[in-house]
Amino acid sequence: MIIYGVAALAACHLAGVILGDLLGIILGVESNVGGVGFAMLLLIFATDWMRRTGRLPPVSEQGILFWSAMYIPIVVAMAAQQNVVAALAGGPVAILVGLAATVACWALVPVVARIGGQDAPLPPLVAQEG
Amino acid sequence: MQMILDLLAKNGLVFAFVTIGVVMWISYQLSDRLTAGRLHGSAVAIIIGLLLAWIGGTMTGGSKGLADVPLFAGIGLMGGAMLRDLAIVSTAYGVDIREIRKAGVAGAAALALGIVVSFVVGAVIAAAFGYTDAVSMATIGGGAATYIVGPVTGTALGASSDVIALSVAAGLLKAVLVMIGTPLVAPLIGLNNPKSAMAYGGLMGTTSGVAGGLAATDKRLVPYGAMTATFYTGLGCLLGPSVLYLALLAVTGG
Repeated sequence: MIIYGVAALAACHLAGVILGDLLGIILGVESNVGGVGFAMLLLIFATDWMRRTGRLPPVSEQGILFWSAMYIPIVVAMAAQQNVVAALAGGPVAILVGLAATVACWALVPVVARIGGQDAPLPPLVAQEG
Repeated sequence: MQMILDLLAKNGLVFAFVTIGVVMWISYQLSDRLTAGRLHGSAVAIIIGLLLAWIGGTMTGGSKGLADVPLFAGIGLMGGAMLRDLAIVSTAYGVDIREIRKAGVAGAAALALGIVVSFVVGAVIAAAFGYTDAVSMATIGGGAATYIVGPVTGTALGASSDVIALSVAAGLLKAVLVMIGTPLVAPLIGLNNPKSAMAYGGLMGTTSGVAGGLAATDKRLVPYGAMTATFYTGLGCLLGPSVLYLALLAVTGG
């Protein structure tokens, strides 16, 4: 059933976020530390195990793939509720800081990506699916 | 008319699906016809989303963009942290765990470097504009990391509210720039494989920026970038008011 896939995804999400909150408390910060990252790792391992033991038939898989396909529309909805007005109203200091920090970090991407050898690019996309 | 508006507001999330569907369709049409597909449809959609957020924010004076307009409140649920994170987690399905292991060191280095560099850049510019006390410099430096690290650092250190507002604005601008700029700079910085995406997430840190920017570049890179970016804000909140503030204090002498 499709709900099994959705439920597995949701359970991994919650378990990861709980782990991230606990880590935040242990480190003494008022923030979630890596919750979504833990959730992603949990999902990778859990679905791998489910597939190997035959507990993830293609129908259940659809429950995860649906949300994955909804990702871009959800990100667009996220963009539509950003505080763009405040971002632009911060005056020259805020604009310079935001701009300079972004550009400086962009420049560092090739440097860091080279640590441990450079990777080949992904093959070009063939079919466009949204 | 009023009846229909009430009905749409009551079915907010469902109406949001229609609204975003229309935005996506218009975006892909624009991408095809005006840029011959060179600027990806999802990049156009995100820019339109930000534009709508600006219009909504100007109309209502609220802080949640279009979602502050009662009719479009459903956008707030659809694009809110809950569904956004669920969708981000779902993109990890089918990710190659070997790629993550291979890029682990680069990812960790990216996180440390990303936080420190943003912080230093923010603190130096703050000082250049006359914010020379260590507390203000640390707060604005935190804002250069993300719009959450700034206020958390500022609150912990007792910064003034206008400095905290500045740090939020700087962080928000960074998120917006990353969303729009990623597809444009991707070819220049070699952002085309899982490893560089993990470095990217760790360096930029803003989850919303990285999530949107990578989606508009190549959706297959999203899980790798999101994986590292999700550690950034927490680490920033940890380092900002402590190690980085103390280092600043030592440099400025108080």
